[in-house]
Amino acid sequence: MVSELKIAVIERDRERAMLIVDGLKSAGDFKVSVLGDTVGLARRLSELNPDVVLIDLEHPDRDLLEELALASSPLERPVAVFVDRSDHSATQAAIEAGVSAYVVDGLRPDRIKPIVETAIARFHLYSRMRAELTATKAALAERKTIDRAKGILMKSRGITEDDAYAMLRKAAMDQGRRIVDVANAVVTAAEFLG
Amino acid sequence: MSRTLECGFIPLVDCAPLVVARELGFAAEEGLNLVLRREPTWSAIRDKLAHGLLDVAHMLAPVPLAMSLGLGGLPLRLDTLQVLSVNGTVIGVSRALATRMRNAGGMIDFLDAEKVGRALIASAEQPLRIGVPFPFSMHAELLYYWLGALGLIAPRDLVVRTVPPPQMSDAIASGEIDAFCVGEPWGSIAVERGSAELVLPGVAIWQFAPEKVLAVRHDWAEKEAENTARLMRALWRAAKWASEQSNRMTLSEILGRPEYLDMSSEIIERPLAGRLVASPEGRQVRAPGFVEFFRGAATFPWRSQAVWIATRIARRMGLDPRDAATAARASYRSDLYRANLGAAGADLPGASEKLEGALAERSPVASSSGKLFLGPDRFFDWRTFDPMLYDGA
Repeated sequence: MVSELKIAVIERDRERAMLIVDGLKSAGDFKVSVLGDTVGLARRLSELNPDVVLIDLEHPDRDLLEELALASSPLERPVAVFVDRSDHSATQAAIEAGVSAYVVDGLRPDRIKPIVETAIARFHLYSRMRAELTATKAALAERKTIDRAKGILMKSRGITEDDAYAMLRKAAMDQGRRIVDVANAVVTAAEFLG
Repeated sequence: MSRTLECGFIPLVDCAPLVVARELGFAAEEGLNLVLRREPTWSAIRDKLAHGLLDVAHMLAPVPLAMSLGLGGLPLRLDTLQVLSVNGTVIGVSRALATRMRNAGGMIDFLDAEKVGRALIASAEQPLRIGVPFPFSMHAELLYYWLGALGLIAPRDLVVRTVPPPQMSDAIASGEIDAFCVGEPWGSIAVERGSAELVLPGVAIWQFAPEKVLAVRHDWAEKEAENTARLMRALWRAAKWASEQSNRMTLSEILGRPEYLDMSSEIIERPLAGRLVASPEGRQVRAPGFVEFFRGAATFPWRSQAVWIATRIARRMGLDPRDAATAARASYRSDLYRANLGAAGADLPGASEKLEGALAERSPVASSSGKLFLGPDRFFDWRTFDPMLYDGA
């Protein structure tokens, strides 16, 4: 009988941790624990005694995991960074996605692969969500600046909103700049001129 | 068109030659666009280098050697092209421990490794818990050597723990560790934060210990032979510039920039000048040769030093030291150093291995120009290390 694999996910960001856990739960029958806070990491890992540890390649506490992976304790079993010797591209994909996995020695690659693949997919999903969020925030901030500039122009020149926008757009085209940059200049100038 | 090389670095004072190669134009002169990427941990920089996300990296001298012994993850070979810095670590203790050591009379001489070591052992509870940045580091090797020679047996009396350098100050303040061995500026920062006192520089344990190296993938050095040569020349000239006393202030300013160490140049200048502030009360101490980038053939990858490091790791991890010595010699590319830097003007030592710890003074040695001086390179206990004990040939 194949026993249920125990996976520890070291992740401070709650949202990303949930994404990974959800992904793993739908990929197989795993017992997943999330360690958000790295205080007492060695002791908590020793209590969990996981078969696989998943951690962001860039996590500031990764060097500590290197030590734990070396010593026979506290993980108490030899552990290696996941490297699929038969499939170089699998390891490459993990590194590029920023996933590092520490795996107990002797586990068959076909048992680890779905775990690492799920982690990779979820890391990518998370990066996309973050990128979208950042873009949306930037767009909202730009829209706000343009609205403020329009307001200033409407008030000072007594023109309509459409005309104010047309003015900004024309200035942007004439100067080869983005509308938001022109709007920013208007807002800054208005602040100075009070 | 210049070739872009992605280079990883950890924000430490000893990344200086890489920063100088970029900022002072030594890389550009060789037709290289050296892009410096700040990395969060040694394991991240190692994995990215091994998998080609980086072309070249600032690396702890023992890491490529540990990898060649199959330790620390990946079954890949990294080569050391040259040494980026010699010495540069410092040992600090908690304030409470410093007080006990002072009462025991062990804080008188900042450079006396034996006296400081004995006071440390007498004043601390055992096992003594010391933080280092990475399991395979000169920090760990120097501690095992120093305290081992004074009678501590690891892991019974001495526990060496991995603590990321930026967390060293907090770890010692919270009592998680009693002492640390770390690269600058992190020792000085722990002093600034009032959590530690510096008691001994690494240079007092071994006067000429390789610290950080320039590492590449073995196959990369083979495939990109011409770029390897350009890179080595740029770094060699940058190291020379960085070691000039008259450039120290400029170097501190550049290293302090937000994209590099992002901190006050005053703190960075302390280790470069070999003048540290050892306690939060402002006690000043001198450590000549605290960190060296160029003088005394500091850039040369001595195979004897690789053998010293690798055989010590092998013994601790239960591996065969003879095999370790063979792998170590292959990983330190003094052959490429000779081929690529001789014509650039580097004074090449007559041999690639030497008796380590034999020079009490700065001494002339056989070299291509006949004007090369090495040393001093003594170990604190006056022992020497003969790499021929592990002669693979």
